[in-house]
Amino acid sequence: MSKEWPLWEIFIRGQHGLSHRHVGSLHAPDAEMALKNARDVYTRRNEGVSIWVVESNKITAFDPDAAEHNFAAPKSKVYRHPTFFDIPEDVGAM
Amino acid sequence: MYAQLVETGQSEGTEQELEFQAKIDRGVRIEANDWMPEGYRKTLIRQIGQHAHSEIVGQLPEGNWITRAPSLQRKAILLAKVQDEAGHGLYLYCAAETLGISRDEMTAQLLSGKAKYSSIFNYPTLTWADMGAVGWLVDGAAIMNQVPLQRCSYGPYSRAMIRICKEESFHQRQGFDIMRQLCQGTDDQKAMAQDALNRWWWPSLMMFGPSDKDSVHSEQSMKWGIKQNTNDELRQKFVDQTVPQAEWLGLTVPDPELKWNEEKGGYDFGEPDWSEFFEVIKGNGPCNRDRLEARNKAWDDGEWFRDGLTAHAEKQQQHNIAAE
Amino acid sequence: MDPLVTFCLRMGDTTLILGQQTAAWCGHAPVLEEDIAFANMGLDLIGQTQLWYELASEAEGKGRTPDDLAFFRTERQFLNAQLVERPNVDFAHALMRQYLFDAWHLPMQEALCESGHDGIRELAQKSVKEVRYHIDRSRDLIVRLGDGSDESRAKMQAALDALWPYAADLMATDEVEATLSEQGVLPDLDRVRRAFEAETTATLDRATLAVPENGHARTGGRTGIHTETMGYILAEMQSIPRTYPDARW
Repeated sequence: MSKEWPLWEIFIRGQHGLSHRHVGSLHAPDAEMALKNARDVYTRRNEGVSIWVVESNKITAFDPDAAEHNFAAPKSKVYRHPTFFDIPEDVGAM
Repeated sequence: MYAQLVETGQSEGTEQELEFQAKIDRGVRIEANDWMPEGYRKTLIRQIGQHAHSEIVGQLPEGNWITRAPSLQRKAILLAKVQDEAGHGLYLYCAAETLGISRDEMTAQLLSGKAKYSSIFNYPTLTWADMGAVGWLVDGAAIMNQVPLQRCSYGPYSRAMIRICKEESFHQRQGFDIMRQLCQGTDDQKAMAQDALNRWWWPSLMMFGPSDKDSVHSEQSMKWGIKQNTNDELRQKFVDQTVPQAEWLGLTVPDPELKWNEEKGGYDFGEPDWSEFFEVIKGNGPCNRDRLEARNKAWDDGEWFRDGLTAHAEKQQQHNIAAE
Repeated sequence: MDPLVTFCLRMGDTTLILGQQTAAWCGHAPVLEEDIAFANMGLDLIGQTQLWYELASEAEGKGRTPDDLAFFRTERQFLNAQLVERPNVDFAHALMRQYLFDAWHLPMQEALCESGHDGIRELAQKSVKEVRYHIDRSRDLIVRLGDGSDESRAKMQAALDALWPYAADLMATDEVEATLSEQGVLPDLDRVRRAFEAETTATLDRATLAVPENGHARTGGRTGIHTETMGYILAEMQSIPRTYPDARW
């Protein structure tokens, strides 16, 4: 069997003003072809105005087993959210 | 369905597995790098693989009529639809790839005949009306199975299904639209539509797989949240939804036992010929050989193309390194 | 026939036959990503065909619909360039056919964006964007596969050798185009030929492919003289409407 094309992760900006969002993956021999393939595969229904591609194995991710302690600390900091504060109604919009 | 008779592993009841099960029961999605039991991983690879293969092989029966579609508009719609199947196969292969198998490995399993795909695509498309019947019945049955899969416990599969369901929503409609045009057309066209329904009705019912009492793998899959409904539930739902549509079209469903059952609020219907189903699954359906031959030919004939582009990319990379 | 009708048919027949040939790859291409990309081009071409046939129908004024034009004309009445009817021998032929077509189609559409005829100008302004993407893709693949492996280079060279003589038919013109130029419907088409030459010279060079020395030009499609493959394409494409001429689909 010949060598398989690498896998690429595809990120698309749906509309002007929005962030790029991960939409899926595909195979391509290099980045430029990955972009072209992404245009054909992932914007068939007018889904995008911009595309990013990243080779899948270039992505570094947190270990999911460590999620519990990686993401535990902010949970106790409820005062970071506006709903924590009670503002009397007659103060008006804030 | 698109994944019929998927063999499942069994849970062994270790502490880690119990935690895993609890996570699924809480409705937490499992992601690619999360710990999962080997049985879960293998079952998913098989199921997503079968699903992907079905999309890929599923291009062929309808692709058979793209060059003969009877109007420019129908040609464009059919081409767009078959193209979607290729896209859906692609999304699903990518979902399976997150589980540690490559697309080329899965392709090799399909091409060697080792991997299964849906029985339905081993039936021939003989007239234009089959484009109507396939869209209306086959895509109708498929969507019934795919909608609940959007809630599958495995994140990448569930997300692929969300995208697929969104795109597929026009597939069944275009099939029904073809049938409607035929049924409102000439006598020849009506006869063509009835003939297509006659040939596709039973194979469509078989798509849901054997009855639950004979389906050995269902229970574990449901526990793992890979499967949401039983085969019989979905089949009943399909019949209840489709029979009134056939009546609307003025077509007769080819089942003498079909009868409304007031008490259960659904139709009673006949039993598909399961011996035929198992023959098709074994490789003895009308088109099994043709389908695999066509996919093998596409893959073999395309090797120079894939390798040529790899060679170019490698040359460019060397060139870029040398330039740095 | 009104030269405007003839011209619109020459354009529409060419996009239709290429679209038909391109669409046949769906499910049979070398890799999934290419199945999808090729189908996109096929869809664009079929869409462009409908626009050309609408213009032809309007100019003709005989009430023939785009489908009548596609499905109820004979081989000698089809005015497509011979290039696009050449068979799907392999994917190299399909790509090379597409590239040579694109290398003409883009400058042609760009020229038509300046047409004095409102319908044609609007059509071109819409299509030219699609065509720009088509050539981006086909040119890129020609370069990559020409300058790829030994085998891919040999395949692309064989396809170029087979198809190059037919490229001339894309640019063949006669009194139809001359008349339309005088009326201001068509701009100077000589620049289309020059653009085609510049495009193919540069790209084939990058692809390390050689234009065949003995490149005898094959023409005739524009007046309904075709190669032997054409009858089969139409027989297949028109089979249902011809069998049931009273039916609607």
